[in-house]
Amino acid sequence: MAKIPAIEIGEVKKVYKTGVEALKGVSLTVPAGEFMALLGPNGAGKSTLIGILSGLVNKTSGTISVNGVSIDVDHDKAKSFIGVVPQEFNFNWFEKVIDIVVNQAGYYGIPRKEALPRAEQLLKDLELWDKRFTASNQLSGGMKRRLMIARALIHEPKVLLLDEPTAGVDVELRRSMWTFLRELNNDGTTIILTTHYLEEAEQLCRRVAIIDQGAIIREGTVKDLLTNLSGVTLLVDTVEPIRQAELQLLRGYPIKKHDETTLEVRLQHGDTANDVLRKISSIGLGIVNIRNSGSRLEEVFLELTKK
Amino acid sequence: MFRSPTIIGYLTIVRKEVLRVFRIWMQTLLPSVITMGLYFAIFGTFIGSQLPPTHGFSYIQFIVPGLVMMAVITNAYTNVVSTFFGAKMQRYLEELLVSPLPNWVIVAGFVTGGVVRALIVAVLVLGVSLFFTHLVIFNLLVIFGAVLLTSILFSIAGLLNGIYAKTFDAINIVPTFVLTPLTYLGGVFYSIDKLPVFFRYLSLANPILYMVNAFRYGFLGISDVSVGVSFGVMTAFIVALLVLTLYLFGKGAGLKS
Repeated sequence: MAKIPAIEIGEVKKVYKTGVEALKGVSLTVPAGEFMALLGPNGAGKSTLIGILSGLVNKTSGTISVNGVSIDVDHDKAKSFIGVVPQEFNFNWFEKVIDIVVNQAGYYGIPRKEALPRAEQLLKDLELWDKRFTASNQLSGGMKRRLMIARALIHEPKVLLLDEPTAGVDVELRRSMWTFLRELNNDGTTIILTTHYLEEAEQLCRRVAIIDQGAIIREGTVKDLLTNLSGVTLLVDTVEPIRQAELQLLRGYPIKKHDETTLEVRLQHGDTANDVLRKISSIGLGIVNIRNSGSRLEEVFLELTKK
Repeated sequence: MFRSPTIIGYLTIVRKEVLRVFRIWMQTLLPSVITMGLYFAIFGTFIGSQLPPTHGFSYIQFIVPGLVMMAVITNAYTNVVSTFFGAKMQRYLEELLVSPLPNWVIVAGFVTGGVVRALIVAVLVLGVSLFFTHLVIFNLLVIFGAVLLTSILFSIAGLLNGIYAKTFDAINIVPTFVLTPLTYLGGVFYSIDKLPVFFRYLSLANPILYMVNAFRYGFLGISDVSVGVSFGVMTAFIVALLVLTLYLFGKGAGLKS
């Protein structure tokens, strides 16, 4: 028997009272156990979609099932499968960390006696245990983000929705959050995240859906998207500053000057870098470093969303 | 002991609300005790001692039930409107909205918080009144029924205000411009028998008149209106406001996009 998808979205539309059509018939299936990124420029409809899934935004039309339960038939049950980490902090500023997490367990019907050890484990895993008696407004930005994750996981949801979970978080903390989320996904939790950090999506997710102007314009595995990338841009750092004479010698190659000591090499799908790099070496330019101009996913993203 | 998830959710909201009342008792419990103490002293004792008896009771005995009811109305209303609006503004209401708790449980949780605060204040204010007069109890069941229904009614009303409110001003408009005048004109300080005919009939349109009189009847056995009608009015208002609140919650009006 086929496994029930974690999320099934069929032709979901959202028109706000202002007349803005935020979603224009989005359909998406997220298999159970998947780690999926929802990418898109600002205003594309990502947060609206997350809001509808979490029950904070009413859809105008369409169908949504969570773990096989339609939100139109039994919304409360469907919500019980979901944990939500919103983009903006949304807890009581004066409430203590432990109370925020344990009360949330109560809202999901978990007795206090059971919630306390769960909260302890989660707060320890997310390095917040020492702060358990601290009011939430006394926490740093990174701690607040981790608190929202702990709160979202207290009822052990099957699906975790994260809306920009690492926004404003420093690199070290971001990496540790990635490790935590990977482990969570390995343990079977389906994760859907929206992010502006395409590197994050590339590092964490197996699947990506790109949403633009309220519609999903591409969906597939990260690997497939990268394979079909029409080209990549490499940045080649040289030992010496690049002179005009040397650029003349590189004419006919997909190369342009990026800055004093960097060349930008545009490779089309199927091209290898060997010829270009050999040519650069042959005219006497020493190469100290080769890097992608951005994340490769970023190139896919820009290619698909360019106007 | 097994408790259903719904009961656990309800008790979690109630626990949080009641702890809040005690944590900030200087804002929630103390003000009414002081204000009503002043009313008892000034209107009841200093001025009231110079007034003739009303329906055979001293003036302070007459106004104590009305003033207790005034405290109940204010506290039930402001408790729910402030805690609900605070949750909405700081967005931690979303903690409840994303949870599987049915809407009626969320409504019941907030309303219970308001009722608990109103009942505590009622007991405290009654306690203060003992420094000025002695209590007469005519019918305990009527007293309890009237205070319970009134606190439920105004807790729901506060919740409705919280749903509609978009600014802090909006949560002060109703208490200042509607509740306070209606309470003062609701027979707290006088019997409507003393009013000219027109104003006597006009007063009958004020729902607070029925609550004050039902409560007073429980203590003194006197009322300007039928106690049965009073309970009917309270029940009708509760049902109407509850239906409206649940409808708005279901639609997500003022709560969801």
